[in-house]
Amino acid sequence: MKITLDRDRCISAGRCAYAAPTVFDQDDDGVVVLLDTDPGEDVAHLVEEAQYLCPAMAITTA
Amino acid sequence: MTAAPPYPQKRTCPYQPPEGYAAVEEQGPVLKVTLFDGREAWMITGFQEAREILTHPNLSSQRTHPNFPIVAPRFRSGIARNLALIAMDPPVHDTYRRFLNPHFSLRSARTMRKDIEEVVKGYVDDILDQGPPADLIPALAVPLPSLIICKHLGVPYADHDFFQEASGRVMLGTEEDSVAGGQALVDYLDRLTHDQIANPTDGLLGTLVRERVQTGEMNHDELVSIALVLLIAAHETTSSSLALGLITLLEHPDQWARLQADISGLPRAIEEILRYVATTDLVATRVAKGDIEIGGHTIKAGEGVLVSGTIANRDEANHADPHTFDIGRPDTHHLTFGFGIHQCLGQNLARLQIEIALEALITRIPTLRLAKPVSELPILGSGTVQRVLSLPVEW
Ligand code: HEM
Ligand code: SF4
Repeated sequence: MKITLDRDRCISAGRCAYAAPTVFDQDDDGVVVLLDTDPGEDVAHLVEEAQYLCPAMAITTA
Repeated sequence: MTAAPPYPQKRTCPYQPPEGYAAVEEQGPVLKVTLFDGREAWMITGFQEAREILTHPNLSSQRTHPNFPIVAPRFRSGIARNLALIAMDPPVHDTYRRFLNPHFSLRSARTMRKDIEEVVKGYVDDILDQGPPADLIPALAVPLPSLIICKHLGVPYADHDFFQEASGRVMLGTEEDSVAGGQALVDYLDRLTHDQIANPTDGLLGTLVRERVQTGEMNHDELVSIALVLLIAAHETTSSSLALGLITLLEHPDQWARLQADISGLPRAIEEILRYVATTDLVATRVAKGDIEIGGHTIKAGEGVLVSGTIANRDEANHADPHTFDIGRPDTHHLTFGFGIHQCLGQNLARLQIEIALEALITRIPTLRLAKPVSELPILGSGTVQRVLSLPVEW
């Protein structure tokens, strides 16, 4: 699963880090960072949840 | 064409939609409603339509626009119309938001856990010492979020009562009260900001002085407006979500028992609480700055747009059995914190406070129950934050 982040759109709501804590985190500015560039199938549903929850549409998956 | 139904309407149960919203929902997901002043505005009641419109670039939060919908008399005040962040569009909005984001991320909210636990422990100790009975509004729901935001900002605790009273008046008072309460807050924050600029302490205001004022990115007045919006946005909302959430749990003893058996379900239960009680009846008030196509309708530039959290959180097209309160439901998605670039800045802090407070009550006062039927609780607020004025309990 390939994840693309648009860090300029991120508003630091933290929903991604909450939904998929092994994949997303927030840096010191509160902006989303990717912890796992190639997350496995086991967390795919969590990544999808993060993408759905993100209020700024900063997360895309392929 | 059916007449545009009135919105907002007053609830008769603190956590259920008013009966009249059935007629609003029926005409949804996109319809026109009539505001208290007789003007009309578009209303979005569909969950997916709400997500769509709240991320649409033609939606504006600029409350000084002449057609900006006024949903209650108090929103005519200059303070309500000029709120930092909430009443701003990009790029200014985004600049402010970036100044604040580092201090409200999930991680930074979690650093406040110990503080919140200690404060909650103190309140629950007092409740147990002095009761039963107890009124959990003055004993917990009102002072907790006020104290936490005061601590976060670096406001001295001695000024806490003043804040509680004044910020309540701004958001929930009559138009006159709102102006007076707002002015009192602005005056106080003005003095506090002066002090912090001269002598920054550890709190958020002092930190923003070091990070943004000393660098020339922000001036005194801008810092005052930030402090003001944080207080206004944090207090009533968190207080009320906690109170309405607790009432809902106490009214559903089976769900209360589930949490007693397994408190690890609490974070998920809180999402269901937020969905169900929809503290923010209106999650967004906007004006279109260009045409917007939505749900088969065209909203024209210059028309007002509202989003109903109460109705959209219970959209049958999105949630199975939407009127059932079920802390174990798989889909607890809700719009109670809004959506899009204005989604609540303080949501992580709010969730944490509600979680810590509910956990303390569930584990320390397991026999807690309402001391009055829910229909007798005094309700306040329509259109924005839903509140109860007292929450009498026994155990
Ligand atoms: C359960 C409690 C809370 C609820 C239900 C809530 C709800 C909301 C909603 C619906 C919005 C979006 C408004 C819009 O789109 O026009 C919002 C924005 C905001 N909230 Fe909250 N809020 C809560 C707690 C807090 C707390 C604790 C803080 C601060 C510490 C806070 C600060 C803000 C700010 C600054 C904004 C404006 C963000 C922006 O425009 O970018 N809120 N809140
Ligand atoms: S959910 Fe979206 S906006 Fe929030 S921190 Fe993650 S990427 Fe940023």
